[in-house]
Amino acid sequence: MKKEIPLAITFLTGLIIVVTFFIPHQPLGTMQQRLLIWYSIVLGFTMLLGVDSLLRSNLKRLVGRTPGWPYAAVLLAGFAFTLAAGIYNWATTRSLLTLGSPFMFVYTFVIVPLQATMFAVLAFFIASAAYRAFRARTLEATLLLVTAAIVMIGRVPVGAELWDKLPVLADWIMEVPQMAAKRGIVIGVALGTIAMSLRVILGLERTYLS
Amino acid sequence: MRFFERIAAIDRRLIYLALALSVLIPLLFKMVLPTRVSEPVRAAYRSIDDLPEGSVVMISVDYDASSAPELQPIYLGILQHCFAKKLKVLVLGQWVMGTPFGELGLGRIAPLYDAVYGVDYVNLGYRPGYRAQMVGLGREIRDFFAVDSRGITLDSLPMMAGVHNYNQIDLLVGLEAGQAGDEWIQFAGARYGVDIVIGATGVVAPDKFHYLQARQIRGLIGGLQGAAEYETLIGKPGAAIAGMVAQSWAHLLLLAFIVLGNVGYFVMRRAKP
Repeated sequence: MKKEIPLAITFLTGLIIVVTFFIPHQPLGTMQQRLLIWYSIVLGFTMLLGVDSLLRSNLKRLVGRTPGWPYAAVLLAGFAFTLAAGIYNWATTRSLLTLGSPFMFVYTFVIVPLQATMFAVLAFFIASAAYRAFRARTLEATLLLVTAAIVMIGRVPVGAELWDKLPVLADWIMEVPQMAAKRGIVIGVALGTIAMSLRVILGLERTYLS
Repeated sequence: MRFFERIAAIDRRLIYLALALSVLIPLLFKMVLPTRVSEPVRAAYRSIDDLPEGSVVMISVDYDASSAPELQPIYLGILQHCFAKKLKVLVLGQWVMGTPFGELGLGRIAPLYDAVYGVDYVNLGYRPGYRAQMVGLGREIRDFFAVDSRGITLDSLPMMAGVHNYNQIDLLVGLEAGQAGDEWIQFAGARYGVDIVIGATGVVAPDKFHYLQARQIRGLIGGLQGAAEYETLIGKPGAAIAGMVAQSWAHLLLLAFIVLGNVGYFVMRRAKP
């Protein structure tokens, strides 16, 4: 029964969702809306689980003084400070997004610069890695190199300044060969998703139970 | 031969420095390059420009800080265009970490056009369960957003009177740094027939070209270049046009390093006994 009940729930829910998606008339339409609201609520609780897991693992690191514990301390302090700012916002303005509020201050001047810096650093690694690894060793690598160079330069304003046909060539690469390859991938992914969904609904795929 | 040895093994710190300078100098000296407007961006512009006054445009802010330099200029450009055309703007977000960007943009642009909250624009904020929400909004927005991001019930906002589902949304603009754009197209577009325009990061935009060709979306604004094109079309040069000069030089530098690396590599390989 430990497996049969979850499998039955999955089968019934999957079936109802599929049927209600294609037949939106009553009573299926209302049933679908209710299920979608339930899904949204359940997903909200999964965020709480994520927070719980994050706090537990970092508290354990901090208490046990395992390597890297200062990072855990910073994370916990940051979490507590952001949470306090959020609660203060909610208590005073009934909104987290009030401009000029403590929470928006933390978001704008701490979270955004930190996240943006982490991502911006990638540009330096990409430049260094491209210089070291992007070699025209084979015909395929050369094709990739030439195509990438045309798209890189053709899709920025300086490309048209160098040669006015460069943007046209870059657009053609994006709209013909790139799109043909992408379509193949998308069709493959869609078919794979349908197959996997059917396997889950029919109980053939059970890894999510473990 | 020593020259080729050197160009085959440039110190990575030198590459970092050159890249930093190639980005900083154009921004500091406010250099400008002419922007060519591509057809996908022009189509996106026309989709908004052709809407009659009072039409409702739903904007989904689906990105966070890491993609904001590319997508926030698109968002600001679209907000300016909408408010100038006296369209009603309904903002929501599918990325919890990006929701404040919606409010920051509105706070910056709305006062310039004397747009009033609740009358000209509303920010719904974020709710979890994005796929479910995209399907559910087709039936009733209030089932998922009983109140807006300020805790005000939707029924008490004049702009929301009569706005219940996609039937009252004239255009959906998805600003995407990930998968949410595909979901908007599949659920809101394919099922409910909502007209959609997508603004996406340079990395995500190539994934959306096939939707554009199949006319599942009305227009596509790709990356900072797309944002610069949009700023050109609305006649409001901003961060994107300035940023594209820096990006141009960074791309040229990157290409130069790749060429140098290859020249050094081939000369050294030939020289080997």
